[in-house]
Amino acid sequence: MQYWIIQTLNSLALGGLLFLLAAGFSLIFGLMRIANLTHGSMYMLGAYVGVSVLRYVPNLWLAALIGGLTIAVFGGLIERLILRALAGNALGQVLVTLGISFIVADFCLMVWGGDPIPVPTPAALQKPIIIGGVTFPPYRLVVVAIALATAVGLYLLMERTRIGAMIRAGVDDRQMARAVGIPVSRLFTMVFCLGAFLAGAAGVLGGPIMSAYPGLDADMLPLALIIVMLGGIGSLLGAFVGSFIIAAIYTFGTALLPDLAYMILFLPMIVVIAFRPTGLFGRPLS
Amino acid sequence: MLGLALIAIPLASGDYYINLASQILIASIFAASLNLLVGYGGLPSLGHAAWLGLAAYVWAWLSLKVGLGPFATAAVALVATTLVAGLFGWISLRASGLGFLMLTLALSQVLWGTAYRWVAVTDGDNGLRGLVRPSPFGIDLNEPASFYYFTLLVTAIAFALMALFVASPFGAALRGTRDQPRRMSALGHNVWLIRWITFVYSAFWGAVSGILFVYYNKYIHPASLSLTASAEGLLAVIAGGSATLAGPFVGAAIVLMLKNYVSGYIERWNMLLGFVFVFIVIFMPEGVVPGVRRLWSRWRSR
Amino acid sequence: MVTLEIAVTLALELRNVQKSFGGLPATHDVSLGVVPGERRLIIGPNGAGKTTLFNLITGDVRRDSGAIRLFGEEISRMRSHERAQRGVARTYQIITLFPNDTLEHNLVLSLLGRSRSRWDAFKPLALYRNLIQEAQGVLAQVGLDLLATRPIGEVSYGEKRRLEIAMALAQKPKVLLLDEPFAGLSSEERAAMKQLIADIPREVTVVMIEHDMDTALDLADRITLLHYGRVIVEGTRAEVVADPRTREVYLGD
Repeated sequence: MQYWIIQTLNSLALGGLLFLLAAGFSLIFGLMRIANLTHGSMYMLGAYVGVSVLRYVPNLWLAALIGGLTIAVFGGLIERLILRALAGNALGQVLVTLGISFIVADFCLMVWGGDPIPVPTPAALQKPIIIGGVTFPPYRLVVVAIALATAVGLYLLMERTRIGAMIRAGVDDRQMARAVGIPVSRLFTMVFCLGAFLAGAAGVLGGPIMSAYPGLDADMLPLALIIVMLGGIGSLLGAFVGSFIIAAIYTFGTALLPDLAYMILFLPMIVVIAFRPTGLFGRPLS
Repeated sequence: MLGLALIAIPLASGDYYINLASQILIASIFAASLNLLVGYGGLPSLGHAAWLGLAAYVWAWLSLKVGLGPFATAAVALVATTLVAGLFGWISLRASGLGFLMLTLALSQVLWGTAYRWVAVTDGDNGLRGLVRPSPFGIDLNEPASFYYFTLLVTAIAFALMALFVASPFGAALRGTRDQPRRMSALGHNVWLIRWITFVYSAFWGAVSGILFVYYNKYIHPASLSLTASAEGLLAVIAGGSATLAGPFVGAAIVLMLKNYVSGYIERWNMLLGFVFVFIVIFMPEGVVPGVRRLWSRWRSR
Repeated sequence: MVTLEIAVTLALELRNVQKSFGGLPATHDVSLGVVPGERRLIIGPNGAGKTTLFNLITGDVRRDSGAIRLFGEEISRMRSHERAQRGVARTYQIITLFPNDTLEHNLVLSLLGRSRSRWDAFKPLALYRNLIQEAQGVLAQVGLDLLATRPIGEVSYGEKRRLEIAMALAQKPKVLLLDEPFAGLSSEERAAMKQLIADIPREVTVVMIEHDMDTALDLADRITLLHYGRVIVEGTRAEVVADPRTREVYLGD
């Protein structure tokens, strides 16, 4: 029983982290039609930056903030200097993000070395909470809370603010949005930086759970891809639902069927795509 | 002329260069098969390494665990890979454009991740080793020169068949679906089926390169199925130019020679790969040869 | 008294066809019937839904409800290429030729659409002499045979428009849909195009969308007027011209 509680919490925490990752990816893909293959590296780079920050500032939340901002700046530079130069060349943009992901991955290897670096759980959250004889790891709970708060925040942003309305208009029909006077290019940079921030911060927050290690990007990127294809490109709800489904399959799959867990991970996506190519909540790209 | 040069290589060089040439030939089949999809079909894929890797793994596993003899083993590996390609192609073609690209990436990652984790079958990170090159028709392939000639023969056959494919009515229809898919439908062509067949055919030749790959290395590791491996193939296609069959050949040579030289001096192959990608996509998207020509003439007219 | 009922199978029939895009009806309860060999002209102001109608017939767009029949056969659930196989051909408002190829190659692609050889992956296309000859023949029909080996980029707009027609004719269609065949043509080219269309044999049923009514009206047997996706008036040229609703559509609203 205890074991399953832990696994469930692990699954929820992973789902939360994946949501932070996938939401950004989905927004970037939906609004800018850019499949940002650097996204996994952004998560990893964020985690490593967090590791370094923690050496001077032993506060995980601050580290997450700084990590997120660093990656946001990095993302902004990529978008403005490189992606914009390739506007209209969708394939070129994808390939460039792929190239950059290789560069970042090797850079991390150069700077932080090849060994996994563990990230300590914040001291305040190290003691397990015991309710009714069952032990709950508090950090996982906090991660879930942060993810939920972010989900609510993003929802409010998208549905209740002018910027959100502009983003949604851009996702629905980019040319029409431009024609109506929406500052699409500024929006692009904003969304890209937002996605990057979420990825970087998530990397740091994920540190106590999965550490920072070479190959973290290659582990996270396919998950983000599956979630977005499953949930629907440009759909926050899809990213939310998809993240928890995938996290559950990953966690319980690895626990029950470690050898084939990876294959099972892709099944929901494949099944959904087979019947609904645009994903659960997605709409056809215009 | 090129043909004569290719045949003459083992006579003029040492073992190191002969082996390098063999590797280039294998990589050129891989890149050319990918180009059927990318250049002729207009369907960029980031999952091509799956075919090389799957065929290599099936061959390796069969060789180690089941003694079927060289032809049967190769045949089973090719058939199995082609069947999986049929399935993956069906799934990937549910989307088009970037969605297709993402699906090819995701699906090849399934195989990559499985290769790492299904330790019982693949021995995970250790890879499958202890393989022996077969002796088709009694020819010993262990010598660099004889392996090279064998590979050269297979490459020649592969390119000949791919050239026929491209020049045939089907090839013309394929290029039509690349340029104007809606029009092709309106003319009566079954665009989906054309694409699916091309996907499977391209995977078949990718599998062929995988069999040669595992013959050469006598070893297969999950890294051969990775996104990096697929990206290298795509880089070869882009660098050499996707408009012709010869382009991928040139591209494969460039990528492989770069890799060989670089690994002698720098450890950071991945980083260099990344930079080369970014550079080529931004400055020479039509390929290195046309790109260099263009930049050179622009430099001269200043 | 014995009454003989001779049912004419309509070449093209639409019954209560409906299509909306995101809540906005583009085609609203459209019904029409075209007799074999007829020349039907579809007119209407911009945004009336004329091209959408063509897209519904060819299968580029799926209808929400209603029936579309080709010589009595229900085709509304078939995919584009299946409808083309059954004899539907069209030209496009915006030129959609194969830009990297010669006129001849464009036409060969059109011929291949209905030929089993299109699945041949082993014999070079250049060896298909009869196919190439047939392509040259169709090009000659529209007066483009001298330009056969020129790339598309080198021919004029008017010649490209003629090639569009040639490609559609190469499909040996039963029903030919022409989407604004006169658009952007000079008056000389317009006269030539008019003759070309007039010369199309009566085995082919022609449905045409056109804005330039001076030229098109002469070619039409019957006219359908569309507005906001609805059929407003339908009849012979005289009937449509005389109908007060026609004036309303073009002058009022």
